[in-house]
Amino acid sequence: MSSRLYAFISVAILGLLVCTASPDARGPAALTRGDLRWLGRVTFGVDAATVAAYRRLGREKFLDEQLRSPAADAGDLAKSISTLSIAQQSAQTRVRWVRSEQQRINGLPAEDAKQQARMAINQAGNQALYETARRHLMRALQSPSQLREQMTWFWMNHFSVFSGKANVRWTLAEYEDQAVRPHALGSFRDLVMATLTSPAMLEYLDNAQSAAGRINENYARELMELHTLGVSGGPSGSRYTQQDVQELARVLTGAGINPNENTPRLPPQLQPLYIRRGLFEFNPQRHDNGEKTILGTKIHGKGFDEIDEAVTMLCRQPATARFISARVAEYFVADEPPRALVDRMARTFEKTDGSIAAVLRTMFLDKDFMKALDAPEQKLPKFKDPMQFVVSSLRLAYEGKTLTNYHPAVNWLQQLGEPLYGRVTPDGYPLTEPAWTSSGQLVRRFEIARAIGSGNAGLFNAEDNSPGPATGFPLLTSRFYYDSIEPALGVKTRQTLDKTSSQQEWNTILLASPDWMQR
Amino acid sequence: MTFTRRDILKLAFAGAAHPLLPVRGIVSQVFAAPGAADAKFLLVFLRGGYDAANVVIPVGSDFYYESRPTIAIARPDSANPLAALPLGSDASSAWGLHPALKDTMLPLWQKGQLAFVPFAGTEDLTRSHFETQDSVETGMPVESHGEKTPAPHSYGSGFLNRLAAALDGAAAPVAFTDGLPTVMTGSVVVPNVSLKGTGRPGFDDRQMALLAGMYAGTRFEPLIAEGFDLRKTVAQQDQMMAAGTMGEMQAANRNAITARGFELEARRMAGLMKDKFNVAFIDVGGWDTHVNQGGPQGQLATLLTSLGQGLAAFAEQMGSAWSRTVVVVISEFGRTFRENGTRGTDHGHGTVYWVLGGALHGGRFAGEQVDVAARTLNQNRDWPVMTEYRAMLGGIFKRMYSLDSTRLDRVFPNTLPADLDLI
Repeated sequence: MSSRLYAFISVAILGLLVCTASPDARGPAALTRGDLRWLGRVTFGVDAATVAAYRRLGREKFLDEQLRSPAADAGDLAKSISTLSIAQQSAQTRVRWVRSEQQRINGLPAEDAKQQARMAINQAGNQALYETARRHLMRALQSPSQLREQMTWFWMNHFSVFSGKANVRWTLAEYEDQAVRPHALGSFRDLVMATLTSPAMLEYLDNAQSAAGRINENYARELMELHTLGVSGGPSGSRYTQQDVQELARVLTGAGINPNENTPRLPPQLQPLYIRRGLFEFNPQRHDNGEKTILGTKIHGKGFDEIDEAVTMLCRQPATARFISARVAEYFVADEPPRALVDRMARTFEKTDGSIAAVLRTMFLDKDFMKALDAPEQKLPKFKDPMQFVVSSLRLAYEGKTLTNYHPAVNWLQQLGEPLYGRVTPDGYPLTEPAWTSSGQLVRRFEIARAIGSGNAGLFNAEDNSPGPATGFPLLTSRFYYDSIEPALGVKTRQTLDKTSSQQEWNTILLASPDWMQR
Repeated sequence: MTFTRRDILKLAFAGAAHPLLPVRGIVSQVFAAPGAADAKFLLVFLRGGYDAANVVIPVGSDFYYESRPTIAIARPDSANPLAALPLGSDASSAWGLHPALKDTMLPLWQKGQLAFVPFAGTEDLTRSHFETQDSVETGMPVESHGEKTPAPHSYGSGFLNRLAAALDGAAAPVAFTDGLPTVMTGSVVVPNVSLKGTGRPGFDDRQMALLAGMYAGTRFEPLIAEGFDLRKTVAQQDQMMAAGTMGEMQAANRNAITARGFELEARRMAGLMKDKFNVAFIDVGGWDTHVNQGGPQGQLATLLTSLGQGLAAFAEQMGSAWSRTVVVVISEFGRTFRENGTRGTDHGHGTVYWVLGGALHGGRFAGEQVDVAARTLNQNRDWPVMTEYRAMLGGIFKRMYSLDSTRLDRVFPNTLPADLDLI
């Protein structure tokens, strides 16, 4: 059977079109190849709703709407997120519960009971972690604020924390929802400060353990090397020394976590310097209040304000503007983005004092970038990372349907080597192609393409995988396909699609095609 | 305080070294072992930092029993099935083996096909899983903290990839993992396949031809061919194992059919390594036993049973190729010598590496040793490191492949290989 026939059947079933089921009959204002590729970068993957909005607004307004999108979730998405337990309970409540449970366990006489109680803690922790991943995927799939969701993933990766370390999984939901996502399109400096005052980051990079006289410089180093300036001597042009790292570590002392109800007793002169916000605490008694020098600038002892001052200074370094611009371009534009484009983005970064939205606007409306996307052969190709591959495939296959079971998607990301919150090292996942194209990973992508294309993945089951309503396989041969995907497919992919023997196989081949692997 | 090698040697000369075993220097010797073209190497990484002191147990040390009131393994006692197994000619030997390894690793030890390298590990003292795993897999010298400009993290290439490069065309590397682990990343293209799956049916030949055809002429073409090839081989292997048609496996048929978990993975690994691959990697997780790790039974014992079964099955399944095979089992660090407040152990330093092989000079302890006592602990906390992993592996690679110093330096820059006379 040919794909034309599938198209006909699917369209007839859907009742969308009556007499234009031929693949050659495109919609009235079919988007150009350049439009579609551009949309494929701004979003996690083009779907019919995106195309409709783009038709209505045009490129510039579409982008501005994305850049202005509110952090609040829209409609149904907000409703489903509010039912998650992570949305109903604060990190503070969770952390306190774990601590009290652990104390209770220590007092239990029987080994069995202890074991059971520990397993219960572990299960609750895994549930919190799963729900955080679930919420992330729900937004990536359904949110109209696609650029905000992409930037949330990007910054979660840039300011990466590992859920397996210590108690990170208990505070992870807030880290993403309250520190990173609200600032994803805002001021870079605010974003750094938000991560800096997050329990997840303070714990992951050990700053919670650092205090005057007992310095742990782990976070200070990564704050410079990975979060702001880029590695010393590297392409961002950053120059800092081990001494600068140590001095920054002194500035950061006192920023930590306090899960207790009580606040520490402080001498009267230190009390005004004490800060507490949820689990975050700045304890002036743990702070080294002496004078420091970072990158040649003196910072006088004044408690938490030193941190503010140091971070502002780091964010205003030209190296930071270049480093962040290059990372963003690496994610959206190409593994090796054009130098001139990165320079233009960096200038915007400096001019706007680190406005993320302004930098993105410079990039997405860059004439050279847009021209490269228009070319018949992609001039600036970008291979989808596992997250982009899984999300774009699900968006295409199940637009308008709400998944009920996110475990398969969470597992696919794991199998492809990019699990959410699963990067052990603080450098985040690589943003370039070679990390995702091992032979095992490529074949695994094909298997995932088949799982999605054949409708057997259990995505509409209950979360315990008990069977849900029968949904059958997706019908990818849709009007949307002929309007928005088919025109850009290569000859080999078209030929292969014509050789398939069922709709499921056709779906699999499309999602496994080299064209679909590119953004 | 930290122990330097010099300190340890001083202790050794002062008579503190283990009385039963000679102190082996790490000065490399001249030897003439021909580099076996068909040599096979498997690295097994126990992720999480396994508690070496409860696996290869210093049963001769009173300090061990004082330090571990609830989790210690009893001294060898043939009447007690939960006691440690003596790793010497008599019950008075200084080391014992965890009883969970009785049917799997003890026989290999007795055949001289298993050696332990105690007080082994890295120079990395962060005691952080990720930093230490990463630095081990990268296989570069630990950055010195005295430098003016902090060295960037080298998340670049891994030492097994560099080994494959140093062996030129002779290497056929593979990682039995979902993604490509750091140790295998680098300039050589390394295929990877996880053998954990239940062997779900893959694509049929027609579908594979369709998929591969779509990628003809792209940069992914060879990778996809390789990926499918590997899947096919794995599937064939599984069929053969299920049907019991593998010649050398006849005796182990029942095992093969009932094999579960790591044992099944290990048998599949052996099948693939016999025919296709000669430099391989697999990792096994779950060793981070902070809480309730158990003694002769429990959490750690369960992990060991499975690991032992897997390694023994691997040795068996390799058949005649086992005599040309070397397996090294490592972990990022050892654990605290004293048990903690939750009947477990915390992140430590020195560990015990295992070296296995059909032609090994095993059944013994290799590398420098020191008495197990409070005064010889590193930072009064954990075991010191006397055999550095790069030196040890460098020595093994040198013997296995007759690598000259230039090539060895490409694998482990600035490292003097330690010749532990294991092969």
